[in-house]
Amino acid sequence: MKDFALARLVAMRLGLGLVSLLLVSLAVFAITSLLPGDVAQELLGQAATPEAVAGLRASLGLDQPGWLRYLHWLGALFTGDAGKSLVNGQPVVALIGSRLPNSLMLAAATALVSVPLALCIGITAAMWRGSFYDRLVSTLTVSVVSVPEFLVATAAVLVFAVHLRWLSALSSVSSIDGIVSFLRVFAMPVLSLCCVIVAQMVRMTRAALIDQLRAPYVEMAILKGAGPVRVIWSHALPNALGPIANAIALSLSYLLGGVIIVETIFNYPGIAKLMVDGVSTRDMPLVQACAMIFCAAYLFLVLAADLCAILSNPRLRHR
Amino acid sequence: MSEAAQPAPAPRRKRRRWPLAGLLGGVLVLFWLMMALFGPMVAPHEAGRIVDMDVFTPMTAKFPLGTDYLGRDMLSRILHGARYTVGVALLATLMASGSGLILGMSAAVWGGWLDMLVSRCLDTLSAMPSKMFALVVVAAFGSSVPVLVLSAGIIYTPGAYRIARSLAVGINAMDYVRIARARGESTAFIVREEILPNMTGPVLADFGLRFVFIVLLLSGLSFLGLGIQPPEADWGSLVRENIGGLAEGAPAVLMPALAIASLTIGVNMLIDNLGGFRRRAGGEG
Repeated sequence: MKDFALARLVAMRLGLGLVSLLLVSLAVFAITSLLPGDVAQELLGQAATPEAVAGLRASLGLDQPGWLRYLHWLGALFTGDAGKSLVNGQPVVALIGSRLPNSLMLAAATALVSVPLALCIGITAAMWRGSFYDRLVSTLTVSVVSVPEFLVATAAVLVFAVHLRWLSALSSVSSIDGIVSFLRVFAMPVLSLCCVIVAQMVRMTRAALIDQLRAPYVEMAILKGAGPVRVIWSHALPNALGPIANAIALSLSYLLGGVIIVETIFNYPGIAKLMVDGVSTRDMPLVQACAMIFCAAYLFLVLAADLCAILSNPRLRHR
Repeated sequence: MSEAAQPAPAPRRKRRRWPLAGLLGGVLVLFWLMMALFGPMVAPHEAGRIVDMDVFTPMTAKFPLGTDYLGRDMLSRILHGARYTVGVALLATLMASGSGLILGMSAAVWGGWLDMLVSRCLDTLSAMPSKMFALVVVAAFGSSVPVLVLSAGIIYTPGAYRIARSLAVGINAMDYVRIARARGESTAFIVREEILPNMTGPVLADFGLRFVFIVLLLSGLSFLGLGIQPPEADWGSLVRENIGGLAEGAPAVLMPALAIASLTIGVNMLIDNLGGFRRRAGGEG
């Protein structure tokens, strides 16, 4: 019975995620295609004859009503056809396919470095809360969170590439021929992204753990004579695992914002750079497809965060 | 009689001493607000005038913040840019917080299907990462100040709405609001006299936070070359156009970045220390 209720809650959350994704696709399509400006006119230029524009409109399917175009677009997207780039005529799927692995590699490397690091800092800060160390961590993380990502990335370049000359400021994935050059290419983007993500994650982890440390059972454990390490490891941390997993998933969603800036600043051949280029050249099919990928990733991470919260919180489970 | 009346005003008159961080934050914010208003008047040069043959010069007495990649005075560029960074963000924040407050208030006071409808619509909006929404809008409409203000305003409305709604729902259930209703006061009176005054503190803090988010979003866009377009420049675009001076550690690229940091960190320090204000506002109700 309980398991059934839990399964229903999870299924409902999954359904809600799907509905959100559908609504987001509607929003993306509405913003990018139902404009007064005409793609056909823009493609052919001002000198085009009205007949040529009408012909292109028909071949692009622009003469159909909006809702029909939306359904066509959505259906094609489901079958893996995102249309052709307006700029160079290549299939969007091929363009994205060649860039996506690079971005995923960047995201994976960042997550691999930042999650353990953030957990260590967050847990120790919560353990010694109020100490000088804790205040230092809080000040640093607030500062990093409240400045733009490009500032963090620029500062990282200034310190590690310009002053210390450890790393190169530009990355090109094609020139990887060994572990050292791999590290040199990846280190700068990963480092800059980590700064942003770690700061978010430390703040959330610390808050989640301190929330637990305020609970009556922790006071009870302390009154029974448990030391600070025992209180954290055996009492507070097991109960904070859910909120911390929630915090990790939510912080990883900041990757999506950070990756746009970081890929641009380091000229990293990933999908975010592709999208920014698409926005400047107003290559709509490309922008639509990239936006959908990013939104889907974002919704997935938020969903994962919610599921962690549901599965770990008995009160939510039995509601 | 007078002795009995005296203790009452005393605690109200006793002002909470502001912590140093809050004061510093307030000074920084006030300074940049002034610069957004009067910056172009106090700037030593025109923003676009090339005043030096040397590019990326270090700080000198003649050019306090050095020169940029074309030999323009950096101090003047930053002072002119304040209007864009602070002004545009302020407009967008006013829009986001204003519409969030109005919608949240209406949803809380009227409830029912209006509450449902507005909440669902805004939930959908917040299912998109903020930068992604802005990029899609800029791709579709191009980049201009009205587009930037509108899209940033829309992106951050759901957050403001959620805060305002939950505050108003809480206050709406208070006894004094129920009594006012029983007295036969109009909804407008209840909103104006009973609900609004009791939520100013948190709403102001949220306003500050949202301002920071919007400054970060807009300068990020400008840094990508998709925000404020040349020849005008906000601080994000100043960092972008002078990024070539990074290898020399030129002040032209560091100073606009520092300006953004001082603004956003200043607002953060200010609202972190609004706590006393919030408590006082809550206590007076």
